[in-house]
Amino acid sequence: MLHFSDYPARVNTAMNRTLFIAQRLSALVLGPLVVVHLALIIIAVRGGLTADEILARTQGNIAWVIFYTIFVIAVSIHAPIGVRNVLREWSTFSGRVIDATIIVFALLLLILGLRAVVAVTSF
Amino acid sequence: MRKTRLNPLRTHKSYIAFVGHRFSGIALALFLPAHFILLGSALGGAQNLDKYLVLADLVVFKIAEWGLVVLLAIHFFFGVRVLMLEFVEWPTRTDARTGWIIPGAVAALFVGVIFILQI
Repeated sequence: MLHFSDYPARVNTAMNRTLFIAQRLSALVLGPLVVVHLALIIIAVRGGLTADEILARTQGNIAWVIFYTIFVIAVSIHAPIGVRNVLREWSTFSGRVIDATIIVFALLLLILGLRAVVAVTSF
Repeated sequence: MRKTRLNPLRTHKSYIAFVGHRFSGIALALFLPAHFILLGSALGGAQNLDKYLVLADLVVFKIAEWGLVVLLAIHFFFGVRVLMLEFVEWPTRTDARTGWIIPGAVAALFVGVIFILQI
């Protein structure tokens, strides 16, 4: 059986500690947002999805701008750290390759996500 | 001849919860860029977004949509469990380690049922 002391020393770096905390804090932020998002999905898909229906709800609404901006930022922190953990545990890629990949992934999520917020809220 | 047995750690309820949380997370991470690109298409006007949304009427997309809702619910419920394990003093009264796994999975499926029935 694997024991804690069997893990490589690189696991206990300051960066990993910071990422661990960022992962948990972003999870705490995402929790309530996901509940609202799930409820909204269930309500929104009734009778089919149309662009007009989605945009009528979101366009020009500052509350949704704030909601989705926080959502995008939190998920851009949370998802890449999770993917990093998976790659470190289940892949043979080097730490550097993994870190470079997840930085690109985080930026991609942030840019595409904020672009989507602008698109659906027209802000 | 010795019988091959699965590592007991791999059949433990907590391991199943770990796998559920991990695979739902991977699937959601893969889906997010496509989700954002679709919504971002509204920059070109509502008709642009509608071009993609007609796909949502296809059966295969309906199933995928349902799958994503359930995956998000699974990731949420098992994620709450992880936070409980890490931040709440043990033993918790309801024992989040194993006691929350079945209710979490059932709650996620319940969300999926509500989604299908559109209650």
